[in-house]
Amino acid sequence: MGICLLGYKNTGLKFKSLAIILGLALLMSIACYGCGPSKEVKTPADSGTVTESEVIKVGILHSLSGTMSISETSLRDAELMAIEEINATGGVLGKIIEPIVEDGASDWPTFAEKTKKLLERDKVATIFGCWTSASRKAVLPVVEKYNGLLWYPVQYEGLESSRNIFYTGAAPNQQIVPAVEWLLKQGKKNFFLLGSDYVFPRTAHKIIKAQLKAQEGVLVGEEYTPLGHIDYSTVINKIKAAKPDVIFNTLNGDSNVAFFKQFRAAGIGSESIPTMSVSIAEEEIRGIGAEYMEGHYAVWNYFQTTDTPENKEFVKKYKARYGQARVTDDPIEAAYFQVYLWADAVKKAGSTEVDKVREAAKGIEFNAPEGLVRVDPENQHTWKTVRIGRVTTEGQFKELWSSGEPVKPDPYLKGYNWAGELKPGK
Amino acid sequence: MEVFLLQVFNGLSVSSILLLTALGLAITFGLMNVINMAHGELIMTGSYVTYVVQMFFLKHIAGNFDLYYPVALILSFFVTAFIGFLLERSLIRFLYERPLDTLLATWGVGMIFQQIARDIFGAPNLEVRTPHWLKGGVEIMAGLQLPYNRLFIIILAIFCLIGVYFYMYHTASGCRMRAVMQNRSMASCLGISIAKVDAYTFALGSGLAGIAGCALCLLGPIGPSLGTYYIVDAFMVVVLGGVGKLVGIIISSGVVGGLNTAFEFGSTATMGKVLALIMVILFLRWKPSGLISLKVRALD
Repeated sequence: MGICLLGYKNTGLKFKSLAIILGLALLMSIACYGCGPSKEVKTPADSGTVTESEVIKVGILHSLSGTMSISETSLRDAELMAIEEINATGGVLGKIIEPIVEDGASDWPTFAEKTKKLLERDKVATIFGCWTSASRKAVLPVVEKYNGLLWYPVQYEGLESSRNIFYTGAAPNQQIVPAVEWLLKQGKKNFFLLGSDYVFPRTAHKIIKAQLKAQEGVLVGEEYTPLGHIDYSTVINKIKAAKPDVIFNTLNGDSNVAFFKQFRAAGIGSESIPTMSVSIAEEEIRGIGAEYMEGHYAVWNYFQTTDTPENKEFVKKYKARYGQARVTDDPIEAAYFQVYLWADAVKKAGSTEVDKVREAAKGIEFNAPEGLVRVDPENQHTWKTVRIGRVTTEGQFKELWSSGEPVKPDPYLKGYNWAGELKPGK
Repeated sequence: MEVFLLQVFNGLSVSSILLLTALGLAITFGLMNVINMAHGELIMTGSYVTYVVQMFFLKHIAGNFDLYYPVALILSFFVTAFIGFLLERSLIRFLYERPLDTLLATWGVGMIFQQIARDIFGAPNLEVRTPHWLKGGVEIMAGLQLPYNRLFIIILAIFCLIGVYFYMYHTASGCRMRAVMQNRSMASCLGISIAKVDAYTFALGSGLAGIAGCALCLLGPIGPSLGTYYIVDAFMVVVLGGVGKLVGIIISSGVVGGLNTAFEFGSTATMGKVLALIMVILFLRWKPSGLISLKVRALD
C-alpha cells in the first residue's frame, strides 16, 4: 500500500533529501504555473522574425484563477480567437496583433495593478477585460490616469460612463427594463427580487423597484445573500410564504447552482414560480444542470441558438477550436465582437493612438453573431438587440421575444421618467 | 404553521450539513491539531470523484445509472482518504511540532488542489445529476414538502457520526488512535507505532471530507472553489464545539445551524450569518475552550 515506500521507520538521510527535492520540484512547477510572469501567447507568425514595430500589443485581463475564473476564462478564449482570426487576414495596419494575457485572479486590487503593468510597461494599445463591476471600477481610475482603453464585454448595472471605457455588454435598458416590462405584460404582477449582496444586484433592484412602482407591479419580497452563499432553504421558505408570480434573479456565481438545485428539490417547478435571470447564460446552465433550469427565463442580447449566419459560423469556429462540449453565450459573444470593433476603429483611425481610436470608434458598426451592433457616439455603450429566452431540456435557450432591432443604450435611464434620480446601490 | 415547521426542518438540515463537513475537520484539526485549511479542498475532491463516477456510469453502465451514487459515496471516501494519507506522509508529519505552520502549508496545498482541479476539469462548474431515488420529497401536509436529498444528508451525517464513534470507542485501532492523540510519548513507549496511527487518523478525517463532498453534490455547486464555501463554517463548528472532543461538534453544529436559519428567517441572509457569528464570539469569550473541552497533548 505504499506504506513501506514512504517509510514509517526513519530511513535516514536518503528519504529526507528525496522529500526535499520532490518538494522543491513541486514548488518550482507551481511558481512557473501560477505566480510566474505573464504568459505571452505566441502569434501565428513566427515571433523570431517579427520585430517590435511590426506588432501591436493588446492586453487581455480576466480572472484565470479564483472564484470568477469559472466565467472569465471563456472570455479570454473568445478574445484570443478573434485576435487570431484578424491576424489570419493580415492583422491591422499591416501589423500582427500580439495579445498579452494577464490574470486578474478574482482580486480587484490585482486588476488595477495588472492594468498599470499593461499600460506602463507593455504599452498595450488597448485592453479587453474584466467581468465583475468591482473589477471594472478598480480598473477605471487606472485607464483614466494613463489614458488607456478598456473594452468591457459584460452586462452591468449602468450609471457609469468613462471616456476610456467602451461597454459592449448590455446597459440596464437593454436587459433589465425590457425583461420587467415583458413579465408585466405576461400578467406576472407580484415580483420577488433575489440577488447577491453587491453593487450590481442592489442597483438592478433599485431600477426594478422604481419601474414596478411606475408600471403597477407589486414587490412581494426582496432578499440579498452574500456572494458564495450556498444554503437557500430559508430563502426558499420565505419565497413560498410570499407567493410571488415570478422571481427576478440577480444572483451571481456559484450561488445560482445552489439556489436552483434546492428550489427544484423543494418541489417548486418553473411552471408554478418561474424565474427571470440576468446572469445565467448557457455556460452557467451547464454547471447547474438543465434538469433544474428547464422552463426558467433569462434575458440577454445573444443566445447560442440565435439565428443569424454570423452566429452559425461563430459557434462552429468556437467549438472547433475549444471542443464540441463547449458552449457560447452572451458575454463570450461580446468579448469576441469587441475585438473586431476595436480593430475596425484602428483601421478607420489609421493609428493605435487612444484618442484617435476613440474618435474613430464612435458610431462604428459590426455584423456580430447577435446581429448588427453599433457603438453609441455619446456614451460609448453598444446598440444591441434584446432577447428573452426559456431554457430547454438541452440547456439551450428558446427565444420567446426579441426587440427585433438594436436598442439604443441608455446607461443613466434618462429616457424613463420613473427612473428619476437613481444612484448606484451601496 | 407549515412555514414554521419547514423552518425547523431547514435548521435540522443545515445542522446536518455542518456536521458532515465538520466531522472530518474535528479529527484532523480537533484531535490532531493540524490547522487543516485544505479540508475544503478535500471536500472538493469528494465532489469531483462523484462527478467522475457519474460520467463512468453514464458512458458504460447507463442502464444502472442510479447505482452510481452509492458507488461514488464509497469511492469518494477511499480516494480522499488515500490523498489525505499521502498528504500526511509527505508534508504534515514534518509539522506536528509547529501547529501554526500547518496553517500556511495546508493553505498552500489547498490552492494547489484548486488549480489541479481547474486544469483537469476546467474552471466552470460541473453537473452532477441527482439519482432518481433522491429526487422529489415526502409531502407531510399541504405546502410542507421535505426534500429527499436533505433527508438523505441528515441520515448520512448520523450514520457517519455513529461510524466514527464505533471506530474510535469500540475497535482496537480506534483505541490506539485515542491513545496517541491524548498522550503521544506514552503511547509510543507502550509500543504503538505513532507514525502509522497519525497517517491513518489523517486519512480518516480526509475520507470523511470526501463523503461530505459527495453528499453536497446534491445541494451545491461542483467547481474548483467549492471548498472555500464550507471551510469557515466547518472551523467555526469545531472551535465552538471544543477542540479535542467529538461530542462537542454534534451540539455545536446543531446550535450554529439552528441559530443561522432562525436569524436568517427573521432578518436577511447576511444579517443571519453576522448574528450567528456574534453569538459564537460571545460564547467563546465566556467559555474560550468551547462547549466541551478535553485536555490533550496538543493543547497544553
